[in-house]
Amino acid sequence: MIGKLTVFLTVLALAWGISISVLAEADDIVVEGAWSRASIGTSRPGAAYLTIRNTGPEYVTLTGIRTDIATRSEIHRSSTDDQGVTSMAPAGEIKIAPTDTVSLEPGGLHVMLMGLQRPMTEGEAFWLTLVFSDGSEVSVEVSILGFAARGPDI
Amino acid sequence: MQRRQLIGYSAAVVGALCLALFAGWWRVDGPGAPAPAGQRPLAMSEMDFRLTDHQGKEVDAVTLIGRPSLVFFGFTYCPDICPTTLSDISVWLSDLGDDAGRLNVIFITVDPERDTVAAMAAYISNFHPIIQGWTGSSEQIARAVEGFRANSEKVPTGSGDYTMNHTASVFLFDANGRFVSTIDYHEPREYAVPKIRRAIDKTETG
Repeated sequence: MIGKLTVFLTVLALAWGISISVLAEADDIVVEGAWSRASIGTSRPGAAYLTIRNTGPEYVTLTGIRTDIATRSEIHRSSTDDQGVTSMAPAGEIKIAPTDTVSLEPGGLHVMLMGLQRPMTEGEAFWLTLVFSDGSEVSVEVSILGFAARGPDI
Repeated sequence: MQRRQLIGYSAAVVGALCLALFAGWWRVDGPGAPAPAGQRPLAMSEMDFRLTDHQGKEVDAVTLIGRPSLVFFGFTYCPDICPTTLSDISVWLSDLGDDAGRLNVIFITVDPERDTVAAMAAYISNFHPIIQGWTGSSEQIARAVEGFRANSEKVPTGSGDYTMNHTASVFLFDANGRFVSTIDYHEPREYAVPKIRRAIDKTETG
C-alpha cells in the first residue's frame, strides 16, 4: 500500500515537474557574457557580472543565485550619491520586462560572492545558477579573468 | 464673520507662515542643513596625517609635493567599485605613457582594520606598478579622509561582517600640492586622461 502510494506520488511529482519546466520562466532567459575577476585567496568577497535577456512575452523575476564557489551569493547594487560616496546593498528581486535585458556590470548590479570556498584563479571557471520566481533555474559558466579585468571583451 | 473669529483665523495663518519659515530656515541654513557639498580638499601642505606605504615607509601629504598627484580612497575587501577604479586608473596610466612616471598615484584605505601594509602590498601588485597603497591607524586615516573632505562609514552586513561606504572620486593635485579637480566615479571615463594632463600642465605653467 505504502509502496503504491510512493509510486503514485513520485509520478505526480514528476508530472508536476515536467509541467513546470514546460512553462518555466527560465525557458525565456538567455544569460550571456558571464565573467568574474580573479581573487587573492578566499578571505575577500568576489563579484560576478553577466547580462540576462528576457526573450519571452511575460515579466520574469530573478529571485536568487546559487553557486558552490561561495557560501552566500546575492545580487547587490553599488550606487554613488551626489556627494561622490559609494555604497553597496542587496538589490532584492530583479524584474525583467519582456524583451528587456538587465546588465550586471562593474559599478552597478553584480553577483556578490561571500565566503569563497576556493580562490578564483584566472583562466578557470565556476558555475552559477540563477533561480526565478517559479523555481525554474538557468545555470551558466562564469569565466575567471585577470585581477584587473574590465569585462569579457576587453 | 465675527471679529473675534477673524482675529483667530489671522493668528492661525500667521502662525502657520512662521512655522513654515522656521522649518525652511532649519533645513536650509539652520542645524538641520545637510553637510556642505563639494567642499574643496585642503592643500597638501595644510593636511595633517601620517601613514605607512605598502613598502613600510612612513609617508604624509608633504611627501606628495613635487609631483602632480592622483589620490583616491577605497578598501581591499571591496568587490566591485574599488577593483573597477583601480583598473580604470591603470588604463589611464597606460594611456599617459611616459608621463605616468611623473605622477604620484595613491590608494588610501578606509579600512585599516583589515588592510594591513602586507594586504595593501599584495592587493596593489595586481595593478599599474606606479600605484602606491597607504594605510595606518584609524585615527590617522580619519584625519586623511577629513583633509580631502571625503567620507567613509563602516556598515555592518550581518554575521559580524562589514563593508565600507566611501568617497569614490579620484582627487587631482598639482605638483605644488594644490587641489585641481576630481574625477567622479559616474563621469564619462574619456574625460579622465585630459583632466590628468591638465594637472600635469598646471604644474609646468606654475
